[in-house]
Amino acid sequence: MKRTGLLQTAGLIGLIAMATTATAQDDSQLVVNGEIEMVTDAPAPENIGGLKTIYSGWRFRQSEMQALQTDDFENPGAYAIDEGVEMWATVEGSEGKSCASCHEDIEDSMAGVRAVYPKWNESKGQVMTLAQQINDCRTEQMGAEAWKYDGGDMTSMEAAISLQSRGMPVNVATDGPAADAWAKGEEMYYTRYGQLELSCANCHEDNYDNNIRADHLSQGQINGFPAFRIKTGKLTQTHNRFKGCIRDTRAETFSPGSDEFVALELYVASRGNGLSVEAPSVRP
Amino acid sequence: MKRTLILAAALIGSGAVVSAQTVSPDDVAYDEYGSIEVSLSGAAGDPAVGAEIMSDRGQGNCVACHQVSALTAAFQGNIGPSLDGAGDRWDEAQLRGIVADAKMTFPDSMMPSFYKVSGFIRPGNAYTGKAADDTFTSLLTAQQIEDVVAYLATLKE
Repeated sequence: MKRTGLLQTAGLIGLIAMATTATAQDDSQLVVNGEIEMVTDAPAPENIGGLKTIYSGWRFRQSEMQALQTDDFENPGAYAIDEGVEMWATVEGSEGKSCASCHEDIEDSMAGVRAVYPKWNESKGQVMTLAQQINDCRTEQMGAEAWKYDGGDMTSMEAAISLQSRGMPVNVATDGPAADAWAKGEEMYYTRYGQLELSCANCHEDNYDNNIRADHLSQGQINGFPAFRIKTGKLTQTHNRFKGCIRDTRAETFSPGSDEFVALELYVASRGNGLSVEAPSVRP
Repeated sequence: MKRTLILAAALIGSGAVVSAQTVSPDDVAYDEYGSIEVSLSGAAGDPAVGAEIMSDRGQGNCVACHQVSALTAAFQGNIGPSLDGAGDRWDEAQLRGIVADAKMTFPDSMMPSFYKVSGFIRPGNAYTGKAADDTFTSLLTAQQIEDVVAYLATLKE
């Protein structure tokens, strides 16, 4: 009896040790394709309370999963890049245009774009996400149908555009005309939603690097989105992840593309200002 | 007659009938420290059932956040404090208060309130992401709270 107890205890300690092998404080460094050096930790931005250092979600993953992101031939999310690049040159809509008709080469015109979104749009008078900007181009410039906000086409296009900023530091503006949306996002981040009364901060600020059962909590950074999720087997957009997270507090969640999630995305993106754009990343 | 009695007994046993002594979540009397003196169900708790509730992902799932050496559940979390020795540190009324609504004892606690039905922001219908409807209940029943409390009281070092 006692021996069983001891064995179980030893086993449990073993499991805990395994589960915490890849902690945020480990010094693994992410280099993609042997050439793109990613910043996976950085000093926290000054307007972010509660954190001294920010860490990419990559730093919280087991070494096997970390490895998948180091080589595009291994990365299960890389399929979307080809899809997105193909769609970039595909003519659609009443104006007979493709993305390339106006923006020409994706590698040149989209370099650095992901890093600064969500971003204030002066003519629209609102903060817009990359997905909203893509749909605006489709409906206003191409005369094409808007894509579903978090559908496969949109996610692939976002991934292809994001790829052109891979390795660049996230640098979203939080002041000026974006300040109101940013403040709304900050308030949401600390709101305890749902029957479980959990805020984003409860898990991702106060308890990152701790475990909820087998889940190793990260800081919830979104610099790697769209991210390939092993759990769902596909690329996942930021708003889709937000929707699932808030649902898991046993709350009435928000919709992808809603004003609430645009504000939350701006705020959460700003918490990662200084980390590298990683899309497509690989996450559990 | 006899059959009816047996059926009634079975229903009570399964918790399908709410006894007259059950205190509903909105009527729970917490003292100034967050303790609850009397049983919420009017009955004693069953520690063996409590251990199951604490381990089961579909029930209390206490081990999601707390480590309990006496439970064999895999992947115990480390968000909250270990519950080893909880029965030494807290008396029954204190344990009942913490399990029912920990925020009455620790105002800033991250711990969900397991016997509460009001005061939520955007409460949902379980894990569907949809709004709560008239099927909304507390996370645990009165008797489940008592079972968990009975188990916690056995955790002595």
